[in-house]
Amino acid sequence: MEYQGKQFFASFGIPVSPGRAVQTVDDAVAAADELGYPVVVKAQVHVGGRGKAGGVKLATNTAEAREHAEFILGLDIKGHIVRTLWIEKASDIAEEYYASFTLDRSAKKHLGMLSAQGGVEIESVAETDPDAIAKIWIDPVDGLTDEAARAWVTAAKLNPLATDGAVSILTKLYRAYVDGDADLTEINPLILKAPAESGEVHALDAKVTLDNNAQFRHEWDEYEATQVRDDREQAAHDADLQYVGLEGYVGIIANGAGLAMSTLDVVNQVGGEAANFLDVGGGADAKKFVSALTIIDNDPRVKSIFINIFGGITRGEEVANGIITALGQIDIKSPIVIRLDGTNADEGRAILEPHLGDKLQMQPTMLDAARTAVELAGGTVK
Amino acid sequence: MSIFVDENTKVVYQGLTGSQGRYYGLLNREYGTQVVAGTNPKKAGTDVEGIPVFASVADAVAETGANASCIFIPAPGVKDAVMEAAEGGVEFIVCITEGVPAQDEAWFFNKLKRDFPNVQLLGPNCPGIISPGKCNIGITAGHIAKAGGPVGIVSRSGTLTYQALHELKLQDIGVTTCVGIGGDPVPGTSFIDCLERFEADPDTKAVMMIGEIGGSAEEEAAEFIATKMTKPVASYIAGVTAPAGKKMGHAGAIVSGGKGTAQGKMDALRAAGVQVGHNPTEAGDLMVQIVREHGWA
Repeated sequence: MEYQGKQFFASFGIPVSPGRAVQTVDDAVAAADELGYPVVVKAQVHVGGRGKAGGVKLATNTAEAREHAEFILGLDIKGHIVRTLWIEKASDIAEEYYASFTLDRSAKKHLGMLSAQGGVEIESVAETDPDAIAKIWIDPVDGLTDEAARAWVTAAKLNPLATDGAVSILTKLYRAYVDGDADLTEINPLILKAPAESGEVHALDAKVTLDNNAQFRHEWDEYEATQVRDDREQAAHDADLQYVGLEGYVGIIANGAGLAMSTLDVVNQVGGEAANFLDVGGGADAKKFVSALTIIDNDPRVKSIFINIFGGITRGEEVANGIITALGQIDIKSPIVIRLDGTNADEGRAILEPHLGDKLQMQPTMLDAARTAVELAGGTVK
Repeated sequence: MSIFVDENTKVVYQGLTGSQGRYYGLLNREYGTQVVAGTNPKKAGTDVEGIPVFASVADAVAETGANASCIFIPAPGVKDAVMEAAEGGVEFIVCITEGVPAQDEAWFFNKLKRDFPNVQLLGPNCPGIISPGKCNIGITAGHIAKAGGPVGIVSRSGTLTYQALHELKLQDIGVTTCVGIGGDPVPGTSFIDCLERFEADPDTKAVMMIGEIGGSAEEEAAEFIATKMTKPVASYIAGVTAPAGKKMGHAGAIVSGGKGTAQGKMDALRAAGVQVGHNPTEAGDLMVQIVREHGWA
């Protein structure tokens, strides 16, 4: 969230407005009094458009601070209830800019984007006036030099008064992106304070997406705690399963991310809708199937379950045994259809055979299994 | 012929003494791969079922003539392991390890390109490479592939690669080389790297390409196929139904800002003359048809 992004930025020396994160109205008022007026009372939610929803308000005195805090705490912004406020000293703004760093996968280099048109969605700037965004591609081995940053700022046509401040903040933002192991660092708006002659540039908002793969070299527990996961996703995360919750009614278990994605597609192709993406990974551990089946069966959306397994190094009979063991340990409400192919598929199918019935069916191909899963769920097969 | 590897490829396993490295290193040797060495600075002088362990890749290269490496080192050590392999003198590096930070990948990709232009990195987060009957480096189940040709396979997904190999084998169609480039944001080897080599390989007559959502690698491949390739290509793209903004298992598999959709990729490939299947089986059938029509098998 914004306040965490700002704390993250501040740890890399990026100037941000002084502020406090609070959870109660009394703390909000105390923070506002301490910071000195005017202050901005800002809802902290994982969703954009909070300004429009009334989640950002200016307070010029204690009474207003209390009034706004009372209004915003508990506010429902696109289904997200506001539980945290960021109370921030208000800034006088001369100009608003945009700045970000991310990876350009196509160029395989880091991409910096800077625009004199800030405070609005950069996607719309990119569409209506692409020339207004100055781009710089940075070789990760070289990093961003002061010289390159200066040329970039000039190319973006910021107010010349902002040049020194912008160069300083951009090199720091790049460090935050690289050393902080972020997939994205973004400031929108990056502001030149009024009066412009001050030359003071600072981050009025902060957006950071951290690379989960780099967690081993950081202390990210507090960020972890605030990630938005629904109950299903949390349970899967705890069980170390690759899971994404969806809105359909066919529960999916597959071994391998590509196969799982492909399973979703095939269910859709035959007229059904998947309730989830779940990659159970390699191996044939019964425990993993227990976790996977439990998470999926606890999902009220799920009307049938499609297990799609392709045996590679893990052989078909090992996976079949894993599934049968798992089914012996738990009671699954929804009917299951299995497609088992690949290494020793025949041996695996022979193991499943005696257990087949209304609640556990088997099909030879992905398409057939998808049709059966949709039928079992009461859906209409295309 | 095959691309990147063949029966003369000699492989050193970085992380051979770990559980994964040992398991797959021995499986690869059993398949017929020349597994000539392992590395572990603390266990130099020992061996793993007869495979000598050296302190570094450089030592292994000096002693065994290894010209490729396979990395099973945990993610935090991958950046150093990749550079150790390049500095040690191997020309082909296969990195199986998943969960490597994107910043590390971006760094060593560019570092290799600059200081070791002759080194080809495959991965990270990939199943490896197999030239059936000749060499298998990584975690692919060797027996699901039929040796020979005329098909070359390049894929971003592990299990879907197996599926492709399996379906071709059922139809008695061989594969020259199957390259799993992996699903990460900065893969060492791209679709185009593989397509270029398949185009140049006389034994490869047709190519099967398996992509997925995220990034623009498939679109770039489509451009390459349209302008530089004469050989027919059949393809499948996973993730038609993947919602925007959600990572689907692979770090790279995400549709963001309306870009990287499966539909966009399929359209680009079709426009380049590629036969695109709606599911892996259909793509396999299309490949079989192409091969049969031309009398290649």
